[in-house]
Amino acid sequence: MRRMPPERAADYYPIAYPALMLGLFFVVPFAIMLAISFFQRVQGGFYEPAFTFANYGRFLSVFFGEVLVFSLVLAALVSAVCLLLGVPFTYFLTKLSRKAQVFWLVALLGVLSLSEVIIGFAWSTLLSRTAGLSNLLVAIGFMDRPDAWTPGFGAVLTGLVYQAFPYTVLVLYPSFSRLDPSLMEASRTLGASPLKAFFTVVLPVLRKTLIATFIIVFIFALGAYLLPQILGRPQHWTLSVLITDQAVYQSNMPFAAAMAVFLVVASLSLVLVVAALNRKGAGQ
Amino acid sequence: MSGLELNRITKRFGAVAAVDDVSLTVPQGTFVCLLGPSGCGKTTLLRMIAGLEDPTSGEISIDGEPLNDTPAHKRDFGMVFQSLALFPHLSVGENIAYPLRIRGRPSSEQASRVKELLELVHLPGIEKRAVTQLSGGQRQRVAIARALAVSPKLFLLDEPLSALDAKLREAMQVELRQLQQQLGITTIVVTHDQREAMSMSDQIVVMSEGRIQQMARPIDMYRNPANAFVADFLGQANLIDARADGPDALVPGGRIPGLSLACPGSRISVRPEDVVVTTAENGSIRARVGFIRDMGASIEIHLDGEGVRYVAIASPQARPDCRVGDTVGLSIPAEACVVFESGKG
Amino acid sequence: MSAHWPKRLFLSALAVFLALPIIVIAGVALNEKKTLAFPPEGFSLGWYAQVFTDEGWRAALVHSVLVATAAAAISVSIAVPIAWFLWRRVAPWARIVEVLGLAPFILPPVITALGALSFWATTGFYGQPWTVVISHGIFFVSLPLVTVTLGFATIDREIIEAGMTMGADDRTLLKTVVFPLVRPYIISGFAFAFVLSLNEYIVAYMTVGFTLETIPIKIFNALRYGYTPTMASVSVFFVLVAVVVFGLVARFGDLPKLLGAWSEGDKG
Repeated sequence: MRRMPPERAADYYPIAYPALMLGLFFVVPFAIMLAISFFQRVQGGFYEPAFTFANYGRFLSVFFGEVLVFSLVLAALVSAVCLLLGVPFTYFLTKLSRKAQVFWLVALLGVLSLSEVIIGFAWSTLLSRTAGLSNLLVAIGFMDRPDAWTPGFGAVLTGLVYQAFPYTVLVLYPSFSRLDPSLMEASRTLGASPLKAFFTVVLPVLRKTLIATFIIVFIFALGAYLLPQILGRPQHWTLSVLITDQAVYQSNMPFAAAMAVFLVVASLSLVLVVAALNRKGAGQ
Repeated sequence: MSGLELNRITKRFGAVAAVDDVSLTVPQGTFVCLLGPSGCGKTTLLRMIAGLEDPTSGEISIDGEPLNDTPAHKRDFGMVFQSLALFPHLSVGENIAYPLRIRGRPSSEQASRVKELLELVHLPGIEKRAVTQLSGGQRQRVAIARALAVSPKLFLLDEPLSALDAKLREAMQVELRQLQQQLGITTIVVTHDQREAMSMSDQIVVMSEGRIQQMARPIDMYRNPANAFVADFLGQANLIDARADGPDALVPGGRIPGLSLACPGSRISVRPEDVVVTTAENGSIRARVGFIRDMGASIEIHLDGEGVRYVAIASPQARPDCRVGDTVGLSIPAEACVVFESGKG
Repeated sequence: MSAHWPKRLFLSALAVFLALPIIVIAGVALNEKKTLAFPPEGFSLGWYAQVFTDEGWRAALVHSVLVATAAAAISVSIAVPIAWFLWRRVAPWARIVEVLGLAPFILPPVITALGALSFWATTGFYGQPWTVVISHGIFFVSLPLVTVTLGFATIDREIIEAGMTMGADDRTLLKTVVFPLVRPYIISGFAFAFVLSLNEYIVAYMTVGFTLETIPIKIFNALRYGYTPTMASVSVFFVLVAVVVFGLVARFGDLPKLLGAWSEGDKG
């Protein structure tokens, strides 16, 4: 079993089935979607083959521009908050005992795997007037009467951070847990306080990881489609919500497809930036 | 011809020849060390013998039977890897029984053979232990027992003792040699440790840059290195440029009386223990003491003779009376010198 | 050493943040009447029982579990040969297949969902219950692909060579060494894909949203058309499933290592 290039036809069999499946059920759907983005919508929720840029032309509206800017700002904000919380958290996490780490990781995976539907429902309950946190604050005397915090921008942001936080930690975790502890010790012996060592050694060493994580979480947040609907008002809808809305409720597949293609291009260019950063960092 | 025979073996990786035209005969029952610095091709050579790499050209045969087209799993050799390569998912007993199990031997035979092998490597009764629970030395022994399970025709070891600490390594060297003599098995060990090679083997093969530099019995190689590389690699050596001067040889700082050189300019090798430190008047070479390392069992003196470094090793009984900065005399007996033609090595 | 309390406070605050929504939904599911009040008014386990007794919820649960099981099996069946091939062969072009396997998870999910919708609508199978199984299977290939690739990477090449020198041919090595060593990673990959498929909404919605109710679809519909505490109890049930599954993965495997940390042994 030496590692060699495939020679006989039989050597290619193992890769044939995955290539076929992914080609048929991922590449082909993608190509169809791309084609539809150039199609023309006809009355009754259908579309017919055409080659028009009209669907892409609709991006040039003020409404679309606002949604796009809002989506990007929201995703950036979520990513920033997640890093702000996630970096110190992951650092502390990797310093815990193996057993405690496993406990936290199971909890994080549990939250990560939660359906957006469940997260949205849970937070809408938590922020509601009848069952929410405000009741608790009334009970301990901080507030006069319960208040509803959802729907609203704060609720959308909270929900998205809740969803993206475990993801952030799991992306940061490998780099932090492989960080050589003697780096910190060395900077301590050279006279740095723990806080100073963290800022002058740990963060600079992991700079590339942090940038990459920011972008990965940014894309993750850009993909949010349910939380803005459940926890926000229509002005808090993101591009992903718009795509779903156009595809399912407005039955405008060509426009939905054009937006999806746009989202892919945006995400892919960000992924390529990450890849380029990682390649540059590979020498370290 | 009984034993292993390599005939003009070459292995190229791209443009680089890792092993370059190597021919070698290992007679049945001998213990051979392949010795050389890292990257000299010794491991590649061993892997070709095991069937883990294919030679680019040349033939390998055992007992006269060609081996080139026999895949590794049909060669019936035993091999111990540098990482030991114990199967992490199997217990000690299962590891050792593995070669028997995949040959379909009955489990009663497997069990008795495992017991026998564990006794052979002085670890009786640890069949059930997980390999992760073993110490470095125990893992070593288990790997050896596993490689010997099917009584292989050839026993190959790739830097087998490199992970052990100095003391344990010495003990294992003795043990490995005793085991080999007890079983009479043809053994090839790859190592970069010249002490290990000296202490274990019947024959040492020194390699450098893919080529065999010399093959000889350890003590012969030590006394008569074929070239400067071997002299320097096997033990310590003073490598000095010398010029012929009638019946003597001129060296930096003085002369070596009675050493006549065939070539006007030659390179000579002298073992440090053959360099005698004496008073300035008595020696034939004048040198300044630069540094003294007293290691208890021996004393190493570094000296400077006209800008060239000499190293002398003396026993504590013959402790020379000198301090750093003193000018002393050195005397080197002509018969202790090995002469290489200049330009070679 | 400096005081530990700021660190403790920070970790506890995050623990509360993560646990709070779950505690609240666990609480509202205890309401005696059909209300989502918290703290619960009265006490009843009826809403928890409803997950299994109510025909609609039970059916949705069965659908979800069936879809997740089949989809995870498909994901694993695609991921394992890719990882195996990349480990076994020198074939840089095969990385393209690997990237295709990872892409659905990196891109925003709505894209995979819309692609699936376009595909099934074009081929005329839109709405068939099995379409979601395939689309989920493709969507989650990346999870077993990552874990199984990691599993292969942990196999020391010298171990394989040792097996060869001891007389094992390719088939024997696969059976006695390679498979036993990657098996835990295959199981974890299956577990990850299973749990995420259980919870997945948008791909399921865009493929079979109007013909087959999975639990996330049913919860979402309930959110739109009428709250019931069963939504809460079924959510709690799903949280428990996730924790139990990942707990089992941690129990039988090295979870930190699976998530990219060095294993304990590597630390020396």
